[in-house]
Amino acid sequence: MDFGPFLLLAVMEGLVSAAVLALTASGLSLVFGIMRVVNVAHGEFFMLGAVLAWFVSQFVPGPAALSFALALILCPLVVGLLAAIADWAVLKRLNYEPEATIVATIGILYILQQAALSLFGPDARPVPAPVDFRVQLPWFGYAGYKLVVVAAAAMILTLLWVVLSRSRAGLIMRATQEDRDMARAFGINVDRVYAGVFALGAALAAMAAVLVVPITQAHYLMGGDPLLLSFITVIIGGLGSLRGTLIAAIVIGLTDGIVSTFFAPTLARIVATLAVALILVVRPQGLFGRTAP
Amino acid sequence: MTARILWTHVGALAALLAAHVLLPAYHHGNLARIMVLAIYATGYNIAFGYTGLLSLGHALFFGAGLYAAGLTAYYTGLPGWLALLAGPVAGGAVALALGSFALRTAGVAFMIVTLMFAQAFHLAILYLGRWTRGDEGLVIARASRQLFGLDLADGSVRFLVAWALFALTMVAALIIARSGLGRVMVAMRENEERSRMLGYDPYMTKLIALGLSGAMSGLAGGAYALLFGYVGASLASVQYSILPLLYVLLGGAGTVLGPLIGTVAMFYLIDLASNVTDAHQLVTGAALVLLILFAPRGILGSIRDRFARWIP
Repeated sequence: MDFGPFLLLAVMEGLVSAAVLALTASGLSLVFGIMRVVNVAHGEFFMLGAVLAWFVSQFVPGPAALSFALALILCPLVVGLLAAIADWAVLKRLNYEPEATIVATIGILYILQQAALSLFGPDARPVPAPVDFRVQLPWFGYAGYKLVVVAAAAMILTLLWVVLSRSRAGLIMRATQEDRDMARAFGINVDRVYAGVFALGAALAAMAAVLVVPITQAHYLMGGDPLLLSFITVIIGGLGSLRGTLIAAIVIGLTDGIVSTFFAPTLARIVATLAVALILVVRPQGLFGRTAP
Repeated sequence: MTARILWTHVGALAALLAAHVLLPAYHHGNLARIMVLAIYATGYNIAFGYTGLLSLGHALFFGAGLYAAGLTAYYTGLPGWLALLAGPVAGGAVALALGSFALRTAGVAFMIVTLMFAQAFHLAILYLGRWTRGDEGLVIARASRQLFGLDLADGSVRFLVAWALFALTMVAALIIARSGLGRVMVAMRENEERSRMLGYDPYMTKLIALGLSGAMSGLAGGAYALLFGYVGASLASVQYSILPLLYVLLGGAGTVLGPLIGTVAMFYLIDLASNVTDAHQLVTGAALVLLILFAPRGILGSIRDRFARWIP
């Protein structure tokens, strides 16, 4: 294959990872932006989405498309509910103090990971894709489902943006982000907003996982990479800035796709990790963030 | 130093030494490992407990000591004490290097920066698999594990060396905690701005604290490599950044004996739980959540609050 088509393939692969990353990272960014909570368990919510999608595909009869559609609705709901419970039972009681919540979410990470290992097992398990067609380009054939993932992620993100900027719920969330005490003074139930935001963030990660699981398979340790990449994305994009997160996700997803096509993935990951750490030292507000957190 | 402080800590060390004669073989072996991990926890406590630096990357310092000592023993014919010394030197140097710029950040950003550097180090070990053998790791031959003619592979010698190194670390921690430096460290934890106003340099204090913490963590890593004869990438993974945090939280942050108490308690909690279930991550996770919710001061910290204000 020539260089041109090879690059095209790399870009297409990059687009898929960018789409999944944008969904996952926007969940993390939302939780940090509004609640100022660094959720270390975010990757495990991603993993839970994928694992639950496998359970749905196993126990719901009928065509793959039907059970997949069901999983896409059901899994984020279940994961979101779990997250809301975690918020109510743990994070709220810590008064959302940054360092305590990090320790607590590390604990939640271990609990969820162990739960998945005990109930789901140590093996990677495939989930069938809802659609099965190939796009035949002049140089190579391409799995059509990957294009569906990109389109679906774009749709969900557009919907998220509309909700945040146009709806009453979005207005309440932004008000809470702006000034928690003032929002409370205006009669907003801040506790409920926080539980909702935490659930929404987890649900976005679960949605990303359900979309990507037909490509990657479900595994109980699959939460580590999305967590690290989401962290990188959110930091580069500016902690708490959703627009920055989306731009960064596209840049990082494409770079990741292209670089790991041409170079050793471990080396690329080392360089990316160090670069991000240094960015955080030099510009704690991120590349696109306006004010320091 | 008041007499009761002195006698409490000498008593703790004497009890550990008495355990050498009294304990059955299984617990004897466990305790040697616990003391090495307690060195690590004591080092972590200097940064987190006293200075308030919550790092999620101490596996970097532990791993630096582990690999500095392990690779020296594995690849060179240098004497054992030199390999052991390489541990704290590497741990301290890496901590100073990382601290020199990571300490420009604070709070959440500091946690993420330390986490990322530890992660990069872990990936680098995997990447340099030709020399480190990655996750599989290196087993250090018995012949390379000699310290002044003592055979570190022998259970009895291993216990006594671990005890001596732990005693050294604990006494150092006690001296630091009661020195002027220790008080400035606590002042940084409690109120950085006010300490700055009083004329103390937050950056230098935190850098020294992180360097001492890194050197102790590196000593623990080096001791681990030579005493147990195994060096592997999993010992530098994120898990090993979380463990000392857990030990210190359980035992009591900002107390000299807390890290030891926490390490013993957590080690046996997991050990007992593994008789009932193999879900030991569940125990770790639940312990973290319950501790931070209900006993953020840990075992010794709670005792200090209620009964004995004099515990350092």
